[in-house]
Amino acid sequence: MKYQYYPGCSLEGTALEYNVSTRALMESMGVELLEIKDWTCCGASAADSASYFLSLALPARNLAIAEKTEDVTDILVPCSACYLNLKKVEEKTKNNPELLGELNSILGPDQLELKGRMHVRHLLDVITTDLGPDTIHKYLKRELTGLKIAPYYGCQCLRPYPVFDDPELPRSMEPLITAVGAQIHPWNMGGKCCGASHVNTKPDVGLELVGGILQDAKGADAIITICPMCQMNLEAYQKKISRKQNINLSMTILYLPQLIGFALGLSQQQLRLDLNLSITDSFRKKLT
Amino acid sequence: MGNTAGLQKEIGAISTFADLAPIRKMIRSCIQCGTCTASCPNEFAMDFTPRRLWRMVLMDQTEDIFESKTFVLCSSCYFCTLRCPRGLPLTEAMSALKQIATRKKLPKFKESVNFYSCFIESVRRHGRVNEAEFMTRYFARLKNPLIPLRFAPLGVRLMMKGKISMLPPIKQARPLESIFRSVEALEERK
Ligand code: SF4
Ligand code: SF4
Repeated sequence: MKYQYYPGCSLEGTALEYNVSTRALMESMGVELLEIKDWTCCGASAADSASYFLSLALPARNLAIAEKTEDVTDILVPCSACYLNLKKVEEKTKNNPELLGELNSILGPDQLELKGRMHVRHLLDVITTDLGPDTIHKYLKRELTGLKIAPYYGCQCLRPYPVFDDPELPRSMEPLITAVGAQIHPWNMGGKCCGASHVNTKPDVGLELVGGILQDAKGADAIITICPMCQMNLEAYQKKISRKQNINLSMTILYLPQLIGFALGLSQQQLRLDLNLSITDSFRKKLT
Repeated sequence: MGNTAGLQKEIGAISTFADLAPIRKMIRSCIQCGTCTASCPNEFAMDFTPRRLWRMVLMDQTEDIFESKTFVLCSSCYFCTLRCPRGLPLTEAMSALKQIATRKKLPKFKESVNFYSCFIESVRRHGRVNEAEFMTRYFARLKNPLIPLRFAPLGVRLMMKGKISMLPPIKQARPLESIFRSVEALEERK
C-alpha cells in the first residue's frame, strides 16, 4: 500500500510527534508514504480569512505537484485543517471547469497544472477504511486493557464533507480503540469544536470551549486527537482553565497514531511521547 | 446600534453594495429559521446571533455588520453549514466577511486581522510557516505589551521541547511569490 504524504507546517514544528508517530505507525503496518516534493503551506485557517482565491491556490499548488507522481493518486494528510483545505480544492474543482481554469492560470507561471486526479484522504479515513481493526489485530503486540479513551474528532475532518464518518455523531475511532484492547469513554464532545485559533485571538471564548471538552472527558485516561490544532488547544491550557474554573482538568492528550503505535509495539521514544505537553503521571504508570 | 464617526469613515471605504453583493447572493434564500444560531458553539459570545447577522446582510446593514464581532467569532466548525435547511454555504459566507475586514484592515478587528495577515506574510516569505517568526511579528504589530505575556509560558514550554526555534529562518527563494502575485491580479480583475 502506497500513499503520497502531505505533512503540513505544524507537523514540522509544534506537532512533530504527530509526524513521527504517523510515519512509524504506517511503516509498522507495511504502508509506504511518499512525501510530496517541495510542498508548501496549505494556507491553514488564515488564508481563508484573507483571500478566497489564495485559500484555494495554496492547496492547489500541492495537489498539482502530487499529480506528477502518476501511479499514486491518494494523498494521506494527518492534519485536519490541511486536509480540509486540500479536500476543498478536490471537491470544488470537480464539476467546475471555470474554477479549475482560474486556478491553473495562477499555477501556470510555475509550470504546474491541476487536472483534478488526486484523492485527498485524512489519516483517520485511511486507518479506518483501508486498514481497519483487522490490520491492527494482525500487528498487535500489547493489549492496552484498562485504558479508557475519549475519541476526539473535532470539526474539519467531518464537516462540511462527510467522507468516512457521521458528521454529527462520529464513531469511526471506536473500533480502532477496541481493537487495541482499550475501552471507550462515552461522551458527547467528540465532534464538537475546540475553538480553533480562538485561543490566540479570542482567548476567553477559546478557553471556554476547550474547558467544556476537558470537563466532559473526566473519567477517561486520555483524549485521542487527530489534528495538531485540537491537540495544542486541549493540552496547552489545562492549568490555566483549571485555575479559572477552580477544578482539576489535567488530562493526557495523545495523537491517535501514538496510541495505536504503542499497542503495535513501538516504543515511547519511537512515538515521541516526550514531546507531548500533557501526559499525566498516572497515565505514564499505566503504560509501563 | 450606535456608530462612531471613525467607524463610519472606515466603512465608508467599503462600497457597501459591491462588497456585500456576493455574500448576499450566497445566503439569499435564508428563511430565518434559526438553525444556524442553535448550532453555533460561539453563539454565547456573539453580540448578534448568526441568524440576525444573515438578516443584516440581506438588509444591507453594512455598518451594523462591521460594528458587530459576530463573524470574527466564527471558528469554522461547519455545523451551521451542515444543518442549514436551505443548504447555504454559511461558513464560507462568514469567511467572506472576514476577508473584507482583512482586506480593509479594519482596526476594530485588529487582533484577528493581524493574526491572519502575519501568518500569510510568513507563508509568502518562506513557503512554509515559521511559527516563532510569525508569532513575533504578530505581537510586534499589536503593539500591546500584555499580549505576548499571555503566550510566554507556552512559548517557553515549546522551546524547551525543541518544537519552535528562535533562530531566524534560513533565507531561501520565495517559492510562492508568483502565486501570490497572480492571486492579487485575479482579485483585482474580479
Ligand atoms: S439555518 Fe439557514 S435558513 Fe435557517 S436562519 Fe440560518 S442561514 Fe437562514
Ligand atoms: S461555522 Fe462558524 S458560524 Fe457556523 S456554527 Fe460554526 S462557528 Fe458558528
